[in-house]
Amino acid sequence: MEIRPSTMDEAVAAVKELAAGGTPVRPVGAGSRATWGGRDPDGAVALHTGALDRIVEHNPGDFTAVLQAGVPLAAAQEHFARAGQMLAVDPPTFPGPMPSGPERAGGTIGGLLATADSGPARHRFGGMRDLVIGVEVLLSDGTVARAGGKVIKNVAGYDLSKLYTGSYGTLGLVTEVAVRLHPLPGPTATVLGSSDDPHVLAGAALALAKQPLEALCLDIGWPAEGPGRLLLRFAGRTAADRARRIGLAGLDDVHVEEDDEGLWNAQRAAQRDPDGPVLKVPHKPADLGDVLATARSHGLAAVSRAALGLTWVRGGSREIFPRATVLDGAAGVADPWPPADAGALALMRRVKARMDPARIFRPGTFVGGI
Amino acid sequence: MVQPMRPFNVPDDALVDRLRAVVGPDQVLTHPHQLRTYESDGLLQYRQVPAVAVLPGTGAQVQAVVAACAEAGVPWVARGAGSGLSGGALPRGDGVLIVLSRLTRVLEVDLDNGRVCVEPGVTNAAVSAAVAPHYFYPPDPSSQVVCSIGGNVAENSGGAHCFKYGFTTNYVTGLELVLADGEVVTLGGPEPDPAGYDLIGAFVGSEGTLGIATRIWLRVVPVPETVRTLVAFFDSTAQAGQASSDIVHAGVVPAAIEMMDAVTIRAVEEMAHAGYPVGRGAALLVELDGAERECAAQFEEVVAICAAAGSDDVRVGRDDAERALFWRTRKAAFPAMGRVSPNYFVQDGVIPRTRLAEVMGRIEALSQEYGLIVANVFHAGDGNLHPLVCYDGRVEGQAERAEELSGAILAVCLDAGGSITGEHGVGVDKLKYMPKMFGEGDLEAFQRLRCAFDPVGLANPGKVMPTPRLCGEVPGPYKRHPLEIAGLAERF
Repeated sequence: MEIRPSTMDEAVAAVKELAAGGTPVRPVGAGSRATWGGRDPDGAVALHTGALDRIVEHNPGDFTAVLQAGVPLAAAQEHFARAGQMLAVDPPTFPGPMPSGPERAGGTIGGLLATADSGPARHRFGGMRDLVIGVEVLLSDGTVARAGGKVIKNVAGYDLSKLYTGSYGTLGLVTEVAVRLHPLPGPTATVLGSSDDPHVLAGAALALAKQPLEALCLDIGWPAEGPGRLLLRFAGRTAADRARRIGLAGLDDVHVEEDDEGLWNAQRAAQRDPDGPVLKVPHKPADLGDVLATARSHGLAAVSRAALGLTWVRGGSREIFPRATVLDGAAGVADPWPPADAGALALMRRVKARMDPARIFRPGTFVGGI
Repeated sequence: MVQPMRPFNVPDDALVDRLRAVVGPDQVLTHPHQLRTYESDGLLQYRQVPAVAVLPGTGAQVQAVVAACAEAGVPWVARGAGSGLSGGALPRGDGVLIVLSRLTRVLEVDLDNGRVCVEPGVTNAAVSAAVAPHYFYPPDPSSQVVCSIGGNVAENSGGAHCFKYGFTTNYVTGLELVLADGEVVTLGGPEPDPAGYDLIGAFVGSEGTLGIATRIWLRVVPVPETVRTLVAFFDSTAQAGQASSDIVHAGVVPAAIEMMDAVTIRAVEEMAHAGYPVGRGAALLVELDGAERECAAQFEEVVAICAAAGSDDVRVGRDDAERALFWRTRKAAFPAMGRVSPNYFVQDGVIPRTRLAEVMGRIEALSQEYGLIVANVFHAGDGNLHPLVCYDGRVEGQAERAEELSGAILAVCLDAGGSITGEHGVGVDKLKYMPKMFGEGDLEAFQRLRCAFDPVGLANPGKVMPTPRLCGEVPGPYKRHPLEIAGLAERF
């Protein structure tokens, strides 16, 4: 069963009715991360945000925007780009055919917030949690609540925007998102170097992470076999110049590419696999070499945000990477989530109980069976 | 549905004895003379002596103190350095003040991973000192030499450089918390993206109402290659505001853009003697930092933009000494106001940057209407205004008029699409403006978060939430009543 509200009133009415019946609900944007967060209970109703697709505000002078949850990310970016601006998140697009149309392969703003998905630009700009400045949410008892606002600096009230970022639709329906925008980065250039030794590659990345380079992205691409490569991307009018001054001692085939969009699309694409599983592995940046070596010993390909300590591994399981979250392919595993601190988990359960009093939003699917 | 709070228990001898057993007799203060030290935080308009003040020395002692209060049903307020500007650490006469200034250990410095772990009483400046000279901790509130990291976490502190670098919340990767029931929970740690809800994001900025952070993991970053600073003078704040907008629009992300108006320029010049031209309408301080080449290229552009926006007096800091003078002058703004007026209220409203000229005009009109001087000094990049509403407390009724004027200024900020507070917090000071910014549903959602953390409401009650209320039971899974199913009754 599907529901597709086109106004807030319709959404409120639909959620109230579902709550009255105790019917589980799964918020759906474009469906570009359909398996993430695991299997929903039988009989779960898909609550589509696709008709809530208005760009409510774009304030170019203030570098802010307010978007309804169902706005496709690609459409929003196209709109912002006309003013020389962007929402500084660049998650991968869905790699397979999209039933809702190819233009929605990049997902929606609501889905991006719910999954906290990210791409290489997170190195410079942080994740969605660092860019969201306000939310409007619809709770299971029909309460409509806003938190934050539409200015980039604001400490009034609790920061529910961050609470809802990465909550996977389990705390209610996110209906509107306010974001901070950034100027488009201008010319870019990437310096690359390769090595088949994971520790050499990771060591080079760590050395770069310790310098004040103000790079746009710092990634590792690590295939299942053969040499991997380090990619460091600069943006701005001196990008190529700065890229050429990077030494990368110890790495092979060091060179600069100015036409570098394809390189980074490949990095993004390597975070996704429609057949799954894809594991997101958090680690200390200094442990990157070990993570890559482990992936190699199991014949698995990976990409890393080297300075952040995040690696996406294609294939494998949590037996190999105990702290990993399974993203693509989550519906095919018993539990996509890693274990959490017992006290933190108890607190999360209380948050869930208060925010979703009818317990209809994806019950049982989140961390620890929340 | 608003249910009134039930009355709290008052600290009694048994509780005081228990606190003494936890932290030692010298670290529990009950005498009014000792307690007077803690009667207010940085916002001196509100004063209240706590019933008891306790100074734990370890996280374990904090836990034991909170647990004792929970068992006794006594409310408590956590206090760091007491430099907050919204009364967030204002004690309760019927409660315990938990002073965290003895928890000053830097627990771990891990520069390989760009992390430090500290106790809450460590000062903001001490974090940067612990990772110097190659790293620093970017959020830099003006009080950074004294203010504590625990307080920064509670307030989500910003500072002059947050336009580029972000706020406290962008740097906290892990927290060990003592919840109001005495439970200890660990959220995150040195690694990114802990699984589950972003409770760190919910906790940072919660103003001491969700618990006490006893360990804090922070991200630190490499010190930029170069820093360049200029001060440009304009005829009006509108011109300077236009220059800030043009700078940001050119794709430049300055580390800081700070503005002062004519009243402030006069006041700071009398105090700092920086050679600023008294009589000019506005001064704009712009700082760029980053990679040498990119910074140099952008700096030239900023100089050109300031000139194009109407500045005929652009002063580029020639060396560290001159840069320090520019900053000392800017940071003198609050203390210098003492020369203009015996008393002042500091407001902390935020507006979208593009509304600056219009809002400044409305503040000027309000200033004339109330017959009170309003000096303006603000973080122009992110639209965070700090209007200083000047008054003379000795003149009857003037303090009240100044407070009314402050409220009117916040209403102007909200009207422009802004916020009542950018970095000082709600505390007690802005409680009455919360319902002007947030509706009933919004406040209800806030209350639910608070109830998840602290269902009894012992943690800093009376702050942030404008109407204290009971939490009610945690709802169980919803089941339809047999009468409803039979169609004999409906829920309302």
